[in-house]
Amino acid sequence: MERLRRTMLFMPGNNPSMLQNAGILGADSVILDLEDAVSLTEKDSARILVRNAIKSVNFYNSEVVVRINPLGTEFGYEDLDVIGRVKPDAIMVPKATEADIKSVSEKLDKIEEEEGFEKGSIKLFALIESAYGLENVYSILQSSDRIIGMLLGAEDLTADLGIKRTREGEEIFYARSRVATACKACKVAAIDTPFADMEDMEGFIKDITRAKSLGMTGKAAINPRQIDTIHGVYAPTEAEIRYAQRVMEAQEEAKREGKGVFSLDGKMVDAPIIARAQTTLNTARLAGLI
Amino acid sequence: MKIQKPAKAGTMESNDIYIMVQPNDEGGVILNLESIVMTQFGNQIKTVIMETLKELGVEDAVVTAKDRGALDYTIRARIETAVKRGM
Repeated sequence: MERLRRTMLFMPGNNPSMLQNAGILGADSVILDLEDAVSLTEKDSARILVRNAIKSVNFYNSEVVVRINPLGTEFGYEDLDVIGRVKPDAIMVPKATEADIKSVSEKLDKIEEEEGFEKGSIKLFALIESAYGLENVYSILQSSDRIIGMLLGAEDLTADLGIKRTREGEEIFYARSRVATACKACKVAAIDTPFADMEDMEGFIKDITRAKSLGMTGKAAINPRQIDTIHGVYAPTEAEIRYAQRVMEAQEEAKREGKGVFSLDGKMVDAPIIARAQTTLNTARLAGLI
Repeated sequence: MKIQKPAKAGTMESNDIYIMVQPNDEGGVILNLESIVMTQFGNQIKTVIMETLKELGVEDAVVTAKDRGALDYTIRARIETAVKRGM
């Protein structure tokens, strides 16, 4: 099913209150987190709680994604085995490499067969948060047909690069561009790193806008208060929607008149402009704006 | 499944339940439950706890439960975690 992924909201995996409210907050996807949000001593507890939540909590229209622990830790494979059997929409693999994605995918093949789930029905998100991951983003994407998106994790990435993370985010310009381009090439979602400062609304809007302008298609949120702002930036404006509608109308008219090329407001309209108009209208439709 | 040592799971936060399990050498399950919604849901919570213990094959245990308004899925999860930790 085609769906929007403008927001992916992180929810701590060991917090019943947050888990049971995750679906009513309006995020396109919720990420039930077993990794950073859960202390080492509570990994077992969170895994069981998230498993039960997926079985019995209504997440309404939000896509349910579970971030498991890295496969290199003692928790990663057990997370995958327990969570895979309750069939979340997707698993998010942290610090992803080609080998990790292949290994997770093979394990899911086995789980799906044992549980009688449709093959390939559990999707994957790869978390790009190391220099290796970034430089190999395209081959990681190619490692499994299950991948439907990538999340750029800028905190870990800049730590790995040994550089400072700033409010303006100049230092992740290359990472955003690279992830966005690779994701576009493979037609999967490119999700931007979260913005941590809840008090800096102006900086937050700039940050979303900058990532969007480079081709990121959505953003991770770490607080429900961030959802509406992200949706606002990702929604096409009324003027953009009207223009896209006029392009499509003009195209219809040109077709009727047998014209191959046509103009609108004195400017030539060609295939990329039509494609952009279609994308705008599709996004507007999925967001319920038209 | 036999409880070998005392173990706990859950928290005292809202919508959660704190569970402690201990071995019971005298046999059977002894349940001590406190809940902020005891009057309305006390019996239901007890049923869920006893059912979960049975599913896990626990026949002998002393279970202390302090409920802060947990839904069934949370009660089941916290019992399972405590039992596995106590094995």
